[in-house]
Amino acid sequence: MHADPNLYDYWPYKDRPKIEWPDGKKLAFWIAPNIEYYEFNPPVNPSRPGWPKPTPDVVGYSQRDWGNRIGHWRLMELLDKYEMRGSISLNVAMCDHCPEIIEACNERDWEFFSHGIYNTRYSYGFDEAQERAVLEDSINTVERATGKRIRGYLAPALTHTERTFDLIAEYDFWYTCDLFQDDQPQPIKTKSGKLISMPYSLEVNDVITYGAQAMTPWRYADVLKRHFDQLLREGEDSGTVMCIPLHAYLVSQPHRIRPFEDALKHITAHRDDVWITTGAEIAEYYRRHYWDQTLTDISGRGLARPGTGFDGGATAP
Amino acid sequence: MSLPPDYLDYPNRKHGQDHDRYQWRIVGDRKKKSFSGGAALGVAVVVPLEYFMLNPSGTPFKHPGAMATPYPDLRHYTTRDYGNRVGAYRLLRAFEKAGAKATFAVNAVLLDRVRPLIDAIVGDGHEIAAHGYDTDSIHWGGVEAETEQRYVEKTRLAFEAAGLAPRTWMSPARQQSFNTPDLIADAGFDICLDWELDTVPVKMKTKSGTISAFPLLNELDDRFLLSTKNHDEASWRDQILEAADMTASEATRHGGQLFGFTMTPYLAGLPFRIWAVEEILSGLANRDDILVDTVSNLNDGLS
Repeated sequence: MHADPNLYDYWPYKDRPKIEWPDGKKLAFWIAPNIEYYEFNPPVNPSRPGWPKPTPDVVGYSQRDWGNRIGHWRLMELLDKYEMRGSISLNVAMCDHCPEIIEACNERDWEFFSHGIYNTRYSYGFDEAQERAVLEDSINTVERATGKRIRGYLAPALTHTERTFDLIAEYDFWYTCDLFQDDQPQPIKTKSGKLISMPYSLEVNDVITYGAQAMTPWRYADVLKRHFDQLLREGEDSGTVMCIPLHAYLVSQPHRIRPFEDALKHITAHRDDVWITTGAEIAEYYRRHYWDQTLTDISGRGLARPGTGFDGGATAP
Repeated sequence: MSLPPDYLDYPNRKHGQDHDRYQWRIVGDRKKKSFSGGAALGVAVVVPLEYFMLNPSGTPFKHPGAMATPYPDLRHYTTRDYGNRVGAYRLLRAFEKAGAKATFAVNAVLLDRVRPLIDAIVGDGHEIAAHGYDTDSIHWGGVEAETEQRYVEKTRLAFEAAGLAPRTWMSPARQQSFNTPDLIADAGFDICLDWELDTVPVKMKTKSGTISAFPLLNELDDRFLLSTKNHDEASWRDQILEAADMTASEATRHGGQLFGFTMTPYLAGLPFRIWAVEEILSGLANRDDILVDTVSNLNDGLS
């Protein structure tokens, strides 16, 4: 086990070279609905059961089912109203279980990225072949269902192995949403490929804000507006990224969806300064224009450390 | 089944403390102290810079904020790292805007890892304090004496190697053993942020002279309020400003007093919280009767 993953180098948030998003925009904003399938009776991973309560957890299961039957459609209509495309964090088995959702999103040119097969199957204990099988299944399933190649990855239920990042880079993924160390992207140190960490703003993820943080709907909207305002201000110096990671089974609840709309109204009122886009479009632009600039800045500050993620080069001091 | 008979023996049952680090003294018997400029209150902002490794032993307990899910818990590793990469710089900008000097309590292991941040802190005139070696080097009643001795020595050596000579000590998780005051005093620390027994610094006896207990308020700890208890930012701000206003109002009766509170970079430094940080700092800095300064300046300035 490693003390430090060595997936990225320390990069202080001060005097960084400027990032400018297309048309001189200051903040790249993307919205990531997690479209998930939690199995009714999943197998037990030794590190963590599929459900925290004994199965069947009928309340937990049916609330998530409600998210796909009712909640998703509420949220999608809201994003239509504000002319936003979602970047879907997808449990790819949804392509089999609920293809109507996939078709509706594909018609809207939303982006799909992989959030594993099911949210009840974790990466803990995977050997390399198993992890490759999940990645290949993800790529192939989404390609069959949508004709599109996925470029992003958010490990199912945020569970990883030491190989995850090398593997997704090798499979030509462009971005990972699993690393929360920054409000700007940064190249990830993998053995091959060209992978960046994409700010996924976990602290304003509705699972965190409605769950652990126990926010009211109105407080959540206020937090989103303030988060946005601060990152937009800082984006004048160098472009920032904000994501709103969502789950329809939470945010589309009847007491929450209208307060949430206030946040979208606030954000879209700043369209002149904000690039409202998808994860893959941010990654594509960043890799093309800012990959080298960032690495040059880090090494110019003397902060580049040797090695790649989990390669043994950065064990406990 | 009953407890042994000596369970009801009370060998230290007497007037005052049941230890000899300091003397019992009620606030009414305290000689009034004052700041040279006549301020009613000194307030220290303490910023913990902590290193949360992916593989903590968790002995004897997990440091607050440590990894929570099975290895590799990159979620908690990176959200904590955010504080040292991004959040701390937001706090520095807020301190600069308010003209406030703060005390950054640093895990020794971070000195090399985040050297640009250390340089920025020192460059802006803030105080660097030692916050032990790392979040997995906990000082506690069950730690071997030699192990604890080594924690303190390693910490002092790392600061020396970084060209820093901190006077102020805060233990990881503010946990101590019965020997900690002796060990840190012996290593040259003369102010400690772990004991919060009074509203003025209190000299504590150690085997190597005295050490000053500077009160850092656990009940205003931002990790406790914002994370454990889910208070919102407006309430956090109000509680700190209320504490300052209330304590300042006692100055005619009790003289100058002081306290510290924490701003933890991975929490207070989040984009949606910076407005509250700025309002706390301006709310304190805009008052003529309140000094916002480093722990060591306030400690030395109240006499």
